[in-house]
Amino acid sequence: MNHSIIEKNGTLLLVLSLIVVSIGGIVEIAPTFYLENTIEKVKGMRPYSPLELMGANIYKREGCNLCHSQMIRPFRDEVERYGHYSLAAESMYDHPFVWGSKRTGPDLARVGGRYSDEWHREHLKDPQSVVPSSVMPGYKHLMRPLSVPNIASHLKANVVVGVPYTDEQIEKSAEDLVAQANPDADGAEDVLARYPKAQVRDFDGDPKTLTEMDALIAYLQMLGTLVDFSTYDAKANFR
Amino acid sequence: MDPLSTMFALAASLFSVILALYASSQAEDFIFGFHMLVFAAAGGLLILYLARTVSFQQMTEKGEATYSDGIIRYGVIATLFWGIVGFLVGVLIASQLAFPSLNLDLEWTSFGRLRPLHTSAVIFAFGGNALIATSFYCVQRTCRTRLAFEPLAWFVFWGYQLFIVLAATGYVLGSTQAKEYAEPEWYVDIWLTIVWVSYLLVFFFTLLRRREPHIYVANWFYLGFIVTVAMLHVVNGLAVPVSPFSSVSYSAFSGVQSALVQWWYGHNAVGFFLTAGFLGMMYYFVPKQANRPVYSYRLSIIHFWSVIFLYIWAGPHHLHYTALPDWAQTLGMVFSIMLWMPSWGGMINGLMTLSGAWDKLRTDPILRMMVASIAFYGMATFEGPLMSIKSVNALSHYTDWTIGHVHSGALGWNALISFGAIYYLVPKLWGRRELYSLQLVNWHFWIAMMGIVIYASSMWVSGIMQGLMWREYNADGFLVYSFAETVMQMHPFYVLRAIGGLLFLIGGLIMVYNIWRTIRGEVKVDQPISQVITVGA
Repeated sequence: MNHSIIEKNGTLLLVLSLIVVSIGGIVEIAPTFYLENTIEKVKGMRPYSPLELMGANIYKREGCNLCHSQMIRPFRDEVERYGHYSLAAESMYDHPFVWGSKRTGPDLARVGGRYSDEWHREHLKDPQSVVPSSVMPGYKHLMRPLSVPNIASHLKANVVVGVPYTDEQIEKSAEDLVAQANPDADGAEDVLARYPKAQVRDFDGDPKTLTEMDALIAYLQMLGTLVDFSTYDAKANFR
Repeated sequence: MDPLSTMFALAASLFSVILALYASSQAEDFIFGFHMLVFAAAGGLLILYLARTVSFQQMTEKGEATYSDGIIRYGVIATLFWGIVGFLVGVLIASQLAFPSLNLDLEWTSFGRLRPLHTSAVIFAFGGNALIATSFYCVQRTCRTRLAFEPLAWFVFWGYQLFIVLAATGYVLGSTQAKEYAEPEWYVDIWLTIVWVSYLLVFFFTLLRRREPHIYVANWFYLGFIVTVAMLHVVNGLAVPVSPFSSVSYSAFSGVQSALVQWWYGHNAVGFFLTAGFLGMMYYFVPKQANRPVYSYRLSIIHFWSVIFLYIWAGPHHLHYTALPDWAQTLGMVFSIMLWMPSWGGMINGLMTLSGAWDKLRTDPILRMMVASIAFYGMATFEGPLMSIKSVNALSHYTDWTIGHVHSGALGWNALISFGAIYYLVPKLWGRRELYSLQLVNWHFWIAMMGIVIYASSMWVSGIMQGLMWREYNADGFLVYSFAETVMQMHPFYVLRAIGGLLFLIGGLIMVYNIWRTIRGEVKVDQPISQVITVGA
């Protein structure tokens, strides 16, 4: 073929380039949206509670994902260090994913339940006070009140992108947001009913105020705890 | 601009200002309100400017009858400015990893918020401005025509600076989509889309009005880069905002699909923004500076089509051994390895352009800079396929090895070729006979080179060391090191890396000084760089 035809026709060059660069994406990405085995069948995954969702947003806002992965690879050392290797199902409600690409700090995919709330609190405020060799910045500002103008609109936006929040969950989201960090509140038990395995307690040591610290710790304590691995069939989900 | 277009532009900007002020008043969070005010202010400045220049007489061509170079002069200054900002923030965050107290315990100066500021400043602000400026320069020269839609070209320049300001302030205040290299929130993404499509229009229509039968190879690469980045940006940025007046949004994709789309975007930000675009730069400025034609026409055809075809597939190598299905990982690995060949074809095409002019390396530090950058392109495009092999990636992933790899490409290839192009451009753009000082270019070259070597080698060592420590077992079958212990071992390398970055920054400052004196029209009387030394008694 004579390449000079393309070189003499700008439109042809543009159209051909666009076609050539589209192929890879279409062949490689499109199947993951319709192949059924892309996401494993698991028990226990559920949409995040309002407080956990706000915690996830703080996690992203502070760029935690730039130094902490949430993706345990299936290697002996990683599984021993962090727990069962991560499944695609475990991030199916993360818009976007926060797998991370660098471990300046350890993986957090299964950090939930590993440490006490108090440990997290002290560690987030002043990491070196708990882990002397840590290079993590301190996040004292998380002790400020959590400001969410309209929590229901967050859940609704998630519904638009495919997270199956129920109408009840959306309707009660403002109550759930407060109740999860205050076990004495009315409706603390409803949180558990709507979000199984949610941890309902005061996370930041300050029961009077709902802080960003409450949200972030509630999120961290949930990480990796939802999927029930006793019923997980690795062979059936081999991809 | 003719009066009609000016009036139209005035009306449009007035409308935007009112819209932005309204959005600001309705804002659900501080960042959105603040950013809408920035929009309004930018629109206000535009109105002031338009009102001053409005004229009801037919415009006569100003000076510069042949080419629109004013915009390129602005582009060069912006490139230098953002370059220094980006390098400076880089040195700061590198130092934070060595000395965490430098995070200052403030939310706005913590590593997590400054890291996207660094990456965006160097890639999109420094690199992006270099690409826009050099592409506008190259396309006019090689098509022997002025830019199409010149006012739109100015909009591209200023609109892009506004994008950078919105992105940068957003990061510091805590606004991010949490997608690497695509952090800006939805409304900033929309703004960038408008600017980028304008860029495509200006570039493409300039090509169409060329007075040369052939489109020169550098323009293929620039065009491929602009159109592909538009595609990547639009798809990866798809998101649903919490409300039209909120700065927060949720990505259209989740989990594994989100990861795949993100690294399709992310790796091709490397492949097209940092490779195809900069190859356009190489294909124009290296032959110019060496005063030799491109080595092989056939090789450039192969280079172009195979690079743009193969790159798109390589994204999944960022997701080896993750929850991404294995078939996609393998596909990504295979295409990444295949990429090695066309990349080296391009490197050979660039290097061999010096055939018959190799002697110039002794006397021309600008050409030396360009050749070094092509060598780094070759090294990085060899290391990349190597690291995309799954068993190598098992060790390198999550470690500083990746950081070292990225920087040998970014500092060695992207920055050095941009520096070379700027050194070439400045005397021409400002009508100076020559640069203020070639000796200072030489200093810049060697200091930057030392910086890159220190940076890359410290990251290689720390990355491989940490990867090995994580998987170290003792004789009883227990893991030897806790994570915190491996962090402790990183300290000396983090210090070294910061020093390497600092050297690179110093080189950049020398360049700014040199360019500033050149623009002022001064010439330093240098000692000749190489003197003929008579060997003898």
